[in-house]
Amino acid sequence: MTDTSTRERADRVVGHGLGTSAPRPDGTPKVRGQFAFSSDLWADEMLWGRTVRSPHPSARIVRVDTTVAEAMAGVHAVLTAADVPGRATYGLEHTDQPVFASDVVRYHGEAVAVVAADHPETARRAAAAVVVDYDVADPLVDPEAAIDAIPIHPDGNVFRHVRIVHGDPDAAGDVVVEGAYEVGMQDQAFLGPESGLAIPAEDGGVDLYISTQWLHVDRDQVAACLNLEPERVRLTLSGVGGAFGAREDVSLQVHLCLLALATGRPVKMLYSREESFFGHVHRHPARMTYRHHATRTGDLVKVEARLVLDGGAYASSSTAVIANASCFAAGPYRVPNAVIDGWAVRTNNPPCGAMRGFGAVQACFGHESQMDRLAAALGMDPVDLRLRNALRTGDVLPTGQRITGVAPVRECIEAAVAHPLPPPAADDPLERPGGAGLTVDSADVRRGVGFAVGFKNLLYSEGFDDYSTAAVRLELAADGEPVATVHCAAAEVGQGFVTLAQQVVRSELGVERVVLRTADTGVGSAGSTSASRQTWMSGGAVQAACEAVKIALAARGGDLSAGPIEELREHHHRPTSPLDERGQGDAHVSYAFAAHRAVVDVDPGLGLVRVVQIATGQDIGRALNPLAVIGQIEGGIAQGVGLAVMEEVLVADGCIQNPSFTDYLIPTALDMPAVAATLIEQPEPGAPFGAKGVGEAPTISSTPAVVAAIRAATGVELARVPVRAADIAMPQAASRGAAQT
Amino acid sequence: MTIARPRTVADALDALGALPGAQLLAGGTDLMVEINFGRRSPDDIVALRRVAELGAFEVGEEVVLGAGVTYSVLEHDLADELPALAAAARTVGSPQIRNAGTVGGNVGTASPAGDTLPVLAALDAAVTLAGPEGDRTLPLDAFITGPKRTAIRPGELIRDVRFRRPRGPQLFLKVGPRNAMVISVACCAVVVDADRRRVGIGLGSVGPRPLRATAAEDALAPLVDWDALRADRDAIQRAAALSAEAAEPITDHRATADYRRHCVGVLVERALTRGLEP
Amino acid sequence: MNETYGLRINGRDEQVREAWLGESLLYVLRERLGLPGSKNACEQGECGSCSVFCDGVLVNACCLLAADAVDAEVTTVEGLGAGSTPVQRAFLDEGAVQCGFCTPGLVMAVTDLLQRTSDPSETELREAISGNLCRCTGYGRIFAAVRAAQQGDAQ
Repeated sequence: MTDTSTRERADRVVGHGLGTSAPRPDGTPKVRGQFAFSSDLWADEMLWGRTVRSPHPSARIVRVDTTVAEAMAGVHAVLTAADVPGRATYGLEHTDQPVFASDVVRYHGEAVAVVAADHPETARRAAAAVVVDYDVADPLVDPEAAIDAIPIHPDGNVFRHVRIVHGDPDAAGDVVVEGAYEVGMQDQAFLGPESGLAIPAEDGGVDLYISTQWLHVDRDQVAACLNLEPERVRLTLSGVGGAFGAREDVSLQVHLCLLALATGRPVKMLYSREESFFGHVHRHPARMTYRHHATRTGDLVKVEARLVLDGGAYASSSTAVIANASCFAAGPYRVPNAVIDGWAVRTNNPPCGAMRGFGAVQACFGHESQMDRLAAALGMDPVDLRLRNALRTGDVLPTGQRITGVAPVRECIEAAVAHPLPPPAADDPLERPGGAGLTVDSADVRRGVGFAVGFKNLLYSEGFDDYSTAAVRLELAADGEPVATVHCAAAEVGQGFVTLAQQVVRSELGVERVVLRTADTGVGSAGSTSASRQTWMSGGAVQAACEAVKIALAARGGDLSAGPIEELREHHHRPTSPLDERGQGDAHVSYAFAAHRAVVDVDPGLGLVRVVQIATGQDIGRALNPLAVIGQIEGGIAQGVGLAVMEEVLVADGCIQNPSFTDYLIPTALDMPAVAATLIEQPEPGAPFGAKGVGEAPTISSTPAVVAAIRAATGVELARVPVRAADIAMPQAASRGAAQT
Repeated sequence: MTIARPRTVADALDALGALPGAQLLAGGTDLMVEINFGRRSPDDIVALRRVAELGAFEVGEEVVLGAGVTYSVLEHDLADELPALAAAARTVGSPQIRNAGTVGGNVGTASPAGDTLPVLAALDAAVTLAGPEGDRTLPLDAFITGPKRTAIRPGELIRDVRFRRPRGPQLFLKVGPRNAMVISVACCAVVVDADRRRVGIGLGSVGPRPLRATAAEDALAPLVDWDALRADRDAIQRAAALSAEAAEPITDHRATADYRRHCVGVLVERALTRGLEP
Repeated sequence: MNETYGLRINGRDEQVREAWLGESLLYVLRERLGLPGSKNACEQGECGSCSVFCDGVLVNACCLLAADAVDAEVTTVEGLGAGSTPVQRAFLDEGAVQCGFCTPGLVMAVTDLLQRTSDPSETELREAISGNLCRCTGYGRIFAAVRAAQQGDAQ
């Protein structure tokens, strides 16, 4: 077990192999402003693309008139659905989203046309000059109603219904608690908005420089829409300014390539912050009802849950998100009996899909709120109740799957509560709720402590053929020293795979100098930078390629002078199976667990909250780069805190109310609590290096921990996140305004 | 689009005369956002950054703040003299925004959420407008006519904001859902004026423009012990309740009207408690 | 109407030719002068990613009209020095960089802070960078980097 207080510097072992806090290879250009993000790209004769979007969440398109826009000076192309040469739709798992809406629009901000012009301001004006006549319809915005409503898409309104029936569905406990909970729509809010540069190629194809999470799945969707062979659509990863799930889906990729091919010129697109809110999927809002049964001594008997996730207008990854939410609905506890219904439905709200935590976040707010409620009903300490029911290796999940890997839930909980509680707030208004607003005096502040545990699968699930590819080349450099070159399409989005790839090669081959080729579609797929999977999958592929290089080198008697050795390998994780009709099946490979204890200061009069400290114990398998692990934990906690107290895309009648950083608030340096983290290192069998992905677990249970702490400070029932000030200050009032229908 | 870059108020007025309808640009924190987003595309701009006289301030019996005085100057250089204004300035945007944005911009933009406005209202501030016909001075209340609407005339610019410097505590409290870079959900300013024996109460973000809680002020003034500068809890609570009644809040995506009104009551009670130690 | 004007950026005189006058300094730096180190994450002064010094004062380049900066000394992240400054090195050493999009702006804000105050308190530090949003790190490693840069300066 490693106790790594955030104030300590992690150990630095010379050599920068696995287990060291090796520095990022892209760090120096990033701190100097020389790192090329996709928005920094530039080409001679470059044009600027701009999207025309629907102002309505539901409407029939009566007419699109591009003539005025086309006639404007400096405008080079205006494209609509009629200009899409290939498949008219795209989608991550189901191709149900039009490249351009042609007959109907199904969400506020749906793309209808794109323009290319010689200046971004000209492009903006041209986009505004595209005339679209809409016959506006009432949007379908209630996800419960959507289940049985008239379909708003030919594929129907239910993306997926998952029903998990485990053990005896009629089992009952002595103590029963019920609750209804809601999670608002969170945005990934990465700092670098969607952007890219498409350059038409001489072979009639296109080269696309893009920030994405998965080059190959983008390439396949773009090629299908362009009606080009995949070989003629070449994608190269350019600098990615954060992702968190929001770059899993195609946004401007197809539009960019269409414009480049139509104009014969390089085309750059760069979403504004406002457009970014319309241009990518969000975290699914959830409505959840729970009923927990337990014995009088606190053993869980049964969990009943009904989860409804609003997937918005198009499928994105909704089918996988609802599977996750359902699989993990009962939390990291032994639950002998369970009946769980999960629905992901289509509405005219903004499309929702992947975000860090991927379904587990919503469920965790439900099951952890329930565990607190159950503890209160039993008169038990909430931590003791969780310890009593904590999952262990060998236990069976509600899906019938037995946990074969490590499951140190108890250790996570004990580590989180072992951290010392923080001292009372100093006498500085910035350390009180409300901060520089000077709203509260120390005497009026109430402190609360809350606790939560969560878990989530690592890697892809339910039979998906998940793999990564890496090539490693070993040769002598001009100076006679060995140098290794890695080619892997894994998208570096900030998480640090580039550092890890170097560390793997250094440890495996004993070579200090490791060069990373740019990630592109010139090598096989690495899969997505999501599901906490790249350390395992692409780390595993790099390791396998290194092993092959070592074998080849040994066959040569260790002599590199005869020329380079290059080996390419794929890493596949062990197969999984889909859930059956009763929601049973070995659907997942591995799990990561974390526990969070939150300490908050609350001003009950105004409902303002300051999160003071988050203590955590996290199951990480093995720390391959301790500093990077801490960075993921702190960053994940920041997003969990954000969902707890401030982050929500507000949607009224299908329309986003706050598409800006003025009104979509994410934590600032003055909102971020101190973090005390303990890394639980128990190597995971079957995982390369024994390491688990660490990015998602910090986001999952930090949110309910904060809410539990606010409840403890105020005594107010809080059934919805984000918690708004009025929910605390005026719990009896109808504090939900018209903006939050 | 053209841009004029005058160095004196006189030159700025000439430029405004030569470019009818020109947009004034000072710190840029409002106008540039509008231009960046394509919401405004002025034909002509008169940039005031170089007009040194607008950046000057005097703090005597009367306080005169040039329109170009930045929030950072209020926050750092005038915190002792003008504590409520400094506190309000500290809550505006980010340090970068406070380094650029100006008091003249806050007054001229006249956003219902302008953070310095309730303080200036409580201080009975007046706005000096320089124009082709000379200067004229309007009380803030007459200058700000509605949300983002003012009585400024074509060809005029804001020269300064001025008020008599009161003797007594000055407080500013603001509610926002984040601890930095946040638009006010509700805010209040309390200015205890021992000389005139009045307590000014200004409210922000709870009406179409900054409000004065006049009924609360009238009720409170006779109940203050003006020698000790104290009031009892009942008087304070009564004034807080009257202030909440004076609010004219709306429900929008930032908060409900009910919560805003609730905030006014809590904020005014706390501000008066701090200022008049019951 | 477009106009040609001069700017002084990182100690060099630059010509901005035939530019639309509505362009922000951020746009001109990035798209006309080949200085993309200042980042565009919000274009409304809400993220700090485009922080630059204008006559030594830390401001957001997105909120500065380029044509109004004609007689100002502008310093961008590219102008901090030929090599890495102590602040930049500390960001690297302490793991304060993940995606890196906020990093140049934060480097500017921290540079500004440490120029003004050699030994900022915890809350002074937090307030000084409260206008710079970071979505990856949760700020913890950034705080550590500032402390390390301070100690480096003190030595």
